[in-house]
Amino acid sequence: MTQNASGANVGIESILGLQTQTAFQRLIGAQSFWVTIALAIMCAIMSYLQPASFATPENFYNITRNFSFIGIMALGMTVVIATGGIDLSVGSIMGLTAVSCGLTLEAGYPWWAAVAVGLFAGGVTGLINGLVIAYVGLSPFVTTLGMLSIARSVAVVLSGNRMLYKFGPSGPAFKYLGGGAVQFAEGYELSFPLLFLVVLMLILAAVYKMTAWGRHVLAIGGNEQAALLTGVPVKVIKVQVYVVSGLAASFAAILNVGWSGSAINALGATYELLAISAAVIGGANLMGGEASAYGAFIGAALIFTIRNALLMEGVDSNWQGTFVGAFLIAAVYLGKVRGARRE
Amino acid sequence: MRVLELRHVSKYFGAIHALTDVNLTLDAGEVLGLMGDNGAGKSTLVRVIAGNYPPTHGELLIGGVEEHFSKPAESRAKGVEVVYQDLALCNNLSAAANVFLGREIKRGVWPFRVLDHTAMARRAGELFMELKSETRPRDLVRQMSGGQRQAVAIARTRLSKAQMVLMDEPTAAISVRQVAEVLDLIKRLRDSGMAIILISHRMPDVFTVCDRVAVLRRGTKVADKPIKQSSPEEVTGLITGAIAAA
Repeated sequence: MTQNASGANVGIESILGLQTQTAFQRLIGAQSFWVTIALAIMCAIMSYLQPASFATPENFYNITRNFSFIGIMALGMTVVIATGGIDLSVGSIMGLTAVSCGLTLEAGYPWWAAVAVGLFAGGVTGLINGLVIAYVGLSPFVTTLGMLSIARSVAVVLSGNRMLYKFGPSGPAFKYLGGGAVQFAEGYELSFPLLFLVVLMLILAAVYKMTAWGRHVLAIGGNEQAALLTGVPVKVIKVQVYVVSGLAASFAAILNVGWSGSAINALGATYELLAISAAVIGGANLMGGEASAYGAFIGAALIFTIRNALLMEGVDSNWQGTFVGAFLIAAVYLGKVRGARRE
Repeated sequence: MRVLELRHVSKYFGAIHALTDVNLTLDAGEVLGLMGDNGAGKSTLVRVIAGNYPPTHGELLIGGVEEHFSKPAESRAKGVEVVYQDLALCNNLSAAANVFLGREIKRGVWPFRVLDHTAMARRAGELFMELKSETRPRDLVRQMSGGQRQAVAIARTRLSKAQMVLMDEPTAAISVRQVAEVLDLIKRLRDSGMAIILISHRMPDVFTVCDRVAVLRRGTKVADKPIKQSSPEEVTGLITGAIAAA
């Protein structure tokens, strides 16, 4: 115990500063860092190969807007994944939200009422998911798989299986929400969805880093029993994460309907897989306890840049899934290798 | 000072009598070794004291006051802390985060109440120094040795003004070198006036740190005596039933 004895003589200051990892080591240990590098390399190569079509303001605008919808869903997904859960219903929640917004607008209500109804639809669907998972004790996979089917079916029934596009007097305002843009330099525009994504990402990053709630979410994913024994309100938080995920999906749907100008009940089909892929590529661990807001952002960015790059290179669009899938598996493998080294 | 008193405590699960008419006392600054074979009722006894489930019969007094706990948070509020066998730590969080899990220090004004990382790391560092452990507050628990993990779990009990700590097999899953470290931790807790119940299968540990030993067999307390008046051979006999009572 000589080490202990000498340990008693050192000041408190000296152990407070000590960490096993330096900031640099933590940076290169983060999966999102490597995904960022991969994205930068891909952009550099594409800018060289296709200077006239890839590296243009229009293409930048399109890619960033396209990945923003998935990015916003993926932000909500990280919170669920952080607790060790999964939300397969987010794509169907988008369809349900789209139909809810469309019907509200067609009935002539103002744009903010449509936004409120849309968020309500997503929030309530998430609430049902959360209550069943936390209080009935069914697995997140099965519960949200069931909800995937239920929410889509309700969306089809509500819409009467038709496209909703006669948005009434408030239509233009609602469409501006998802389709608008701000110009930040001559010829360069940033879409509203991207701005919303960035703001939400910063908020979520602060929640993870600075709030007890964010820490409790990660604690539940790390060791649910420990969280319970130390007095963390595990069930309440589990309900909340599914509400957050539902709200994120419905907000993405609101922006998407605004951008496209029409509401279809099929909106978001298979998007749940893209949202999960984005979160996982960005470093979220499906076993729980690891997730980051920036990871969801960069994961979504990478997926849509791959798709865009393949299109520009003239690769048959049916191959996109193969590339995205390969990246996903590679990301999980990298995460596993890093995890093994850390243990 | 009498910290804990159990009077005629029984706990039945249907037809199974997990505990039958157990009387037990514990004073401040005392370490009681609780021994018994698997299924003898040790864990049930700990859970009754910790508030996981109420006794079927009998009274539970903390600091001389009768208590009826229905969940662990209630016993913790009365100064009863438990160090669980699996330590109940989150590997993905830092040592300081684990110590403060569920009772984080925050600063700022609502709704902008944010975690005070500096204050929590400082306080956790002070607790580890009190325990003379080499644990560093900002390290992830994942990277820690068994002894350091134990220090994190014990530091958690020091946050509140705990009067009593229940330790469930703290030395069961760690290396021999670290056992000594944990036994030192227990002695330091005792010297600070805390009452400790140590549940263990390891005879040497009990005879090293405990002042008193109690033996349970089939839910009944068959012995309760100062450690100096007993021996490992006698305790083994009591556990197996070769000696009826002492």
